[in-house]
Amino acid sequence: MGLSLTRAAQWTMASSGTGKLEFTPMNTFLLKEILHFVEQFSSQHPQEAEHVFEEPFHWSTTLVASDFKTDYDISDSDVQSHEKDCEGHPLLQLSPPTVYVRSFSQLSKLVHLADDKKLEEVQACLEENRDPVVKILGPSFVSTLEKEDAHTDVLSLVDKVKAKDQGKDPEVKVKLFLLLQNMDNQLLSKCLKEVSGQDSLDPTAVKNEVELLKKFCSEGERRVLKLVRYTSDYIFSNGCRSPLWRQVHGEICYLVIEPCDTETLYITCSTAGVFLNGGIKQEEEESGYEQTSDMYKDLVTLLKSRSPHFAENINKQDFGVQELPSTQKIQHVELVDVEEQGQPQRSYEQQEKNVHEKARQQHTLNKAGGEKKYEPCPRWKNLGLMSPCGKAEENKPSKSSGEEKSGEIQENLGPGAKSKMKAEFSVSSFPGRLSSQKIKAEEKKPSKSSGEEKSGEIQKRKLGSGAKSKMKAEFSVSSLPGRLSSQKIKTPAGSMPVEAFSESSSESEEEEEQPERRPESNTDLPSEYWQIQKLVKYLKGGDQTATVLTLCAMMDFNLMQETCQLAIRDVGGLEVLINLLDTDEVKCKIGSLKILRKISHNVQIRRTIVDMGGLQSIVKILDSPVKDLKALAAETVANVARFRRARTTVRQYGGIKKLVKLLDCVPNLADLTANQEKDVEVARCGALALWSCSKSTKNKEAIRKAGGIPLLGRLLKSPHENMLIPVVGTLQECASEESYRIAIQQLDMIKDLVENLSSDNDELQMHCASAIFKCAEDKQTRDLVRKYSGLQPLVLLLSKSDNKQLLAAATGAIWKCSISMENVAKFQEYKALETLVRLLTDQPEEVLINVVGALGEFALIPANKANIRKCGGIKSLVNLLTGTNQALLVNVTKAVGACATDMDNMAIIDQLDGVRLVWSLLKNPCADVQSSAAWALCPCIKNAKDAGEMVRSLVGGLELIVNLLKSTNNEVLASICAAIAKIAKDKENLAVLTDHGVVPLLAKLTNTTDDRLRRHLAEAVGHCCMWGSNRASFGDAGAVAPLVRYLKSKDEAVHQSTAMALYQLSKNPNNCIAMHEKGVVKSLIHFMGSDDETLQEAAAGCVRNIRLLALANRNALLFR
Amino acid sequence: MSAMNRKLIQTLAETISKHVKHFNKTEVECLIREFNVLLGEQTMPGKAVTGLDRIQFRSILHNIFKMTDDMIMDGVFRAFDKDNDCFVSMKEWVEGLSVFLRGTLDEHIKYCFDVYDLNGDNSLAREEMFPMLKNSLIRQPTEEDPDEGIKDLVDITLKKMDHDHDGKLSFSDFEKSVKEENLLLEAFGTCLPDTTSIEAFEQRVFQEQLYQ
Repeated sequence: MGLSLTRAAQWTMASSGTGKLEFTPMNTFLLKEILHFVEQFSSQHPQEAEHVFEEPFHWSTTLVASDFKTDYDISDSDVQSHEKDCEGHPLLQLSPPTVYVRSFSQLSKLVHLADDKKLEEVQACLEENRDPVVKILGPSFVSTLEKEDAHTDVLSLVDKVKAKDQGKDPEVKVKLFLLLQNMDNQLLSKCLKEVSGQDSLDPTAVKNEVELLKKFCSEGERRVLKLVRYTSDYIFSNGCRSPLWRQVHGEICYLVIEPCDTETLYITCSTAGVFLNGGIKQEEEESGYEQTSDMYKDLVTLLKSRSPHFAENINKQDFGVQELPSTQKIQHVELVDVEEQGQPQRSYEQQEKNVHEKARQQHTLNKAGGEKKYEPCPRWKNLGLMSPCGKAEENKPSKSSGEEKSGEIQENLGPGAKSKMKAEFSVSSFPGRLSSQKIKAEEKKPSKSSGEEKSGEIQKRKLGSGAKSKMKAEFSVSSLPGRLSSQKIKTPAGSMPVEAFSESSSESEEEEEQPERRPESNTDLPSEYWQIQKLVKYLKGGDQTATVLTLCAMMDFNLMQETCQLAIRDVGGLEVLINLLDTDEVKCKIGSLKILRKISHNVQIRRTIVDMGGLQSIVKILDSPVKDLKALAAETVANVARFRRARTTVRQYGGIKKLVKLLDCVPNLADLTANQEKDVEVARCGALALWSCSKSTKNKEAIRKAGGIPLLGRLLKSPHENMLIPVVGTLQECASEESYRIAIQQLDMIKDLVENLSSDNDELQMHCASAIFKCAEDKQTRDLVRKYSGLQPLVLLLSKSDNKQLLAAATGAIWKCSISMENVAKFQEYKALETLVRLLTDQPEEVLINVVGALGEFALIPANKANIRKCGGIKSLVNLLTGTNQALLVNVTKAVGACATDMDNMAIIDQLDGVRLVWSLLKNPCADVQSSAAWALCPCIKNAKDAGEMVRSLVGGLELIVNLLKSTNNEVLASICAAIAKIAKDKENLAVLTDHGVVPLLAKLTNTTDDRLRRHLAEAVGHCCMWGSNRASFGDAGAVAPLVRYLKSKDEAVHQSTAMALYQLSKNPNNCIAMHEKGVVKSLIHFMGSDDETLQEAAAGCVRNIRLLALANRNALLFR
Repeated sequence: MSAMNRKLIQTLAETISKHVKHFNKTEVECLIREFNVLLGEQTMPGKAVTGLDRIQFRSILHNIFKMTDDMIMDGVFRAFDKDNDCFVSMKEWVEGLSVFLRGTLDEHIKYCFDVYDLNGDNSLAREEMFPMLKNSLIRQPTEEDPDEGIKDLVDITLKKMDHDHDGKLSFSDFEKSVKEENLLLEAFGTCLPDTTSIEAFEQRVFQEQLYQ
């Protein structure tokens, strides 16, 4: 009774010092219980009932003498009981208005007499006898007994009492004491049950407290503790560190704490509280688990009681001291606790409660809740993830702020979907057990059955990955100065349990600061934010029906708007949505995907989805038998897979195969049943997803391996644009791989592609043209395009000059198709050339490249060369020679070169100083440009008027050319040699070339096996022979022997130029000898019989020279 | 089974199958047999057997179709029992199953609406929605008003589905909403079986009974 009265009952603080019991349900309950106890007492424990109190209970009663019947002496208004104690004093005495009672039996009789005024009597009695136990048993007795801890049994208690010589009847007294204590405990536990609060520590609370304490373990004098450490580093998935066989006892973890002033404390933290144990220093100890001290409600209380230094200093802590780096905290921020964000245990000071204070607190709580309520959990914001710790619950305080709560239940506080109870009383260190068994049992109870039992366990369906929910009891922070803790109570679990110290303020943990800063930005959030938050809360707490309704409501928001999208993420909605994907409920999955596919348009959301493992869940759904689900999942994948990591993830989880399977349908049947229509929809979404995924090269390969190409080909026959676009998009994306090009051609997809060139949809046309562009590298494709009349639509596309992408694709296709001459002829019918020339000006580079490329191909036909001139194309082309885009330059030089074979064109080119421009491109660092320019120079030089003069006029031009002979690129070399061959026709230029050392450079190159190079090299050599001593120089440089080898080549052009070169070289006798030694004659004789006249002549001439030399030699020998 | 019974069943099936869209005559026969089995010993159609009573029907819903919500099951019973005689007759059984197992979207809409319409007044008011959703949200014990979430949900749903803004859902409101968003078909509780249950049932009744 003593404990429960002081602790549990609610007293007013009347100024007179004697408190009154408040009229609250809790008190009523307590009174009733006590009443019941008293009534039953004398019948249940007759011996103890007779025991005379050391001091009488007295109070002002409403009973009058007339109420008393038998057993009492009634005289006037006074009443005395017949029962008397050993000294003859009556055990009950009534002198109105006061009554004195000295035994339980009298008490119960009185109560019985009081009838309907029983409760008032009991109340009055308790109010005026504040310490009933002391009165009953005597102060010294009580103090002796209270010093003992609970384990001591009755006999030793009696002995102790006897030893202290406490007077008569020690056994009875002891028994009485125990009974009272027992009742106390029962009362308390009943109270608890009544309020359905549960006092339980939980791992997170413990962890938070330990974190806090660790902060106090610094170096220096200001420290409060020396060391705090766990005994074990291993953390189970429920957050406990104790071994499993101890967890059943409710033990969470073990700590070793070294305070500054006493010896090391070995502490066990359990769900019922913390206590000292028998010295567990490290994990896996076999013994030492027993409780060796009282149970304390939390570590701070225990430490305060054990370490005076701690107690003093802890109160002095302020912000400044606790500036410890947050890294310390981070070490222990395990993701284990993602789910378990229990509210740290609050401290409770046992003070007489003040209802005023309560009321005030209530309001402050509500107000504080008002500001704090909508902040998302900062810890998770820091990690960039949102946990389901949306503070949605905080909604409640705002709504109920007006209401006064006289009851025990306060609002739900704290993050996560854990429900919390606030009991108005605090549970101190009572040795009795609030059975941890009960707590555990209740922790496992599912919510639905807990109904009335307010302490029921709320089982979250999915909260975080595999979360468990816990019930925590909150004990109100009672005698607060009304400020801080009301603030702090609302902070998310990431914050420290500062409330443990009623006086100290919170530490300046990084996460703490955010709540401080938060209030300002709260006001800027739009109303959608709150609504979405509320909906997410319903999502977390609802069954399938409620979830579906909520999802439908969520779909009404403009999900394409970024604020909404981010709002969903910030309140933890993304996680919930992703978790829904893992459930079995089809409707929930459908609803969730409908939302996800919209919000995944946002770049950040996409990344978050992949980070959370959502993509994996979505890919799994691709296997579902429900078609709607498959389609939605594929569509979502299409949106998410827009960055590389996502695409890789899709492939890693087998997504490509699954997506390809979705493509299996026949899209162009005449009459589609509903089911077949669904199949088509599924295929469309699959194509969308594959299109996104195909941007990765490995995925392209994966698609092919999974057999995607034939399926895509089949879908290509669909009449619907929205099906065709992703399909062609995918094909065109993949057509950069040769395997695809081959397959496309073989599977006859060109026909469909060509057909769709004429569609109305720009995008579709673009993709088709693009695909053709890539595929037309191959001759057969080009022929097919022509065969299916694809050329005309391509030309028609050229008119859509606004859509640059389309234009680029179309011109590209034309370019590649025009590699086939037949196509060029066809193109001419459609006046392609004119259109193209018009496009030479004022277009973006990607278009120009293709246009010029096309023109270059067109210009291979003589008629076109004139045409280009007539359209004024030459000028535009020459203008482009000054550009910097290398691809463009390559094409331009090629085109110019092609045009330059026409004399009239050449005149124009010359006039526009085109040759110089081309020549200067030889300086371009890109090898392709160099070679292309060099090739272009050949016709220029050949056809220019006064070519020699022109060449000479180019400053440093010849030197440039000769230097390029040092290049390592065969293409460059071949082109340069060709150019040199042309240049060397002019004698003066040849002289200059020779001066620049062209001969040794050429000679060095002769050891090549590249036929193209050989051919032009031989040509160059041949032409260079016609100056001065070059023939001899070539011979000296060892060019002759390699040249002989060229005759063995299979390329006829090589033969021709080599023969010519050899002929020239053979005018030098030394060369003849060298050639002859290499056995050239035989080959030459063979060539003499060839059909090619030039070859014949050259071969013959060479042989003749050799023969002449031989003859001369013989003659010289003969006629010595 | 005696020949007479079989003949009787066939004639019954003939009549019933005329009114039923999704079952052919053989299937109706199987359903009738199933009905008789479920009814118990009274396999003689001649006897005065009115049909499955509420308890039997609900246990069927629970055991075969895995339904658990009392209110919904009552609603289903009500939807099946068109003549309101508190028994599901053979005809009602077959017709009801036709919609239940194989109904088109329109039929489903009508059916679900009937299930949810607790008082039969052809409109769904808040008072009808509320009890059906009552247990759908996890009760937060510290909410002052534990039903606040439910009320809010009801409000949201009403706002979404009430197209004519009269504070309650008429059939056309409901139909329109469902056609816009198919998920709302079973908005107030699962009253249609899922695909697995349907398949299992059909498999058992149609295939296995054929071998009898």
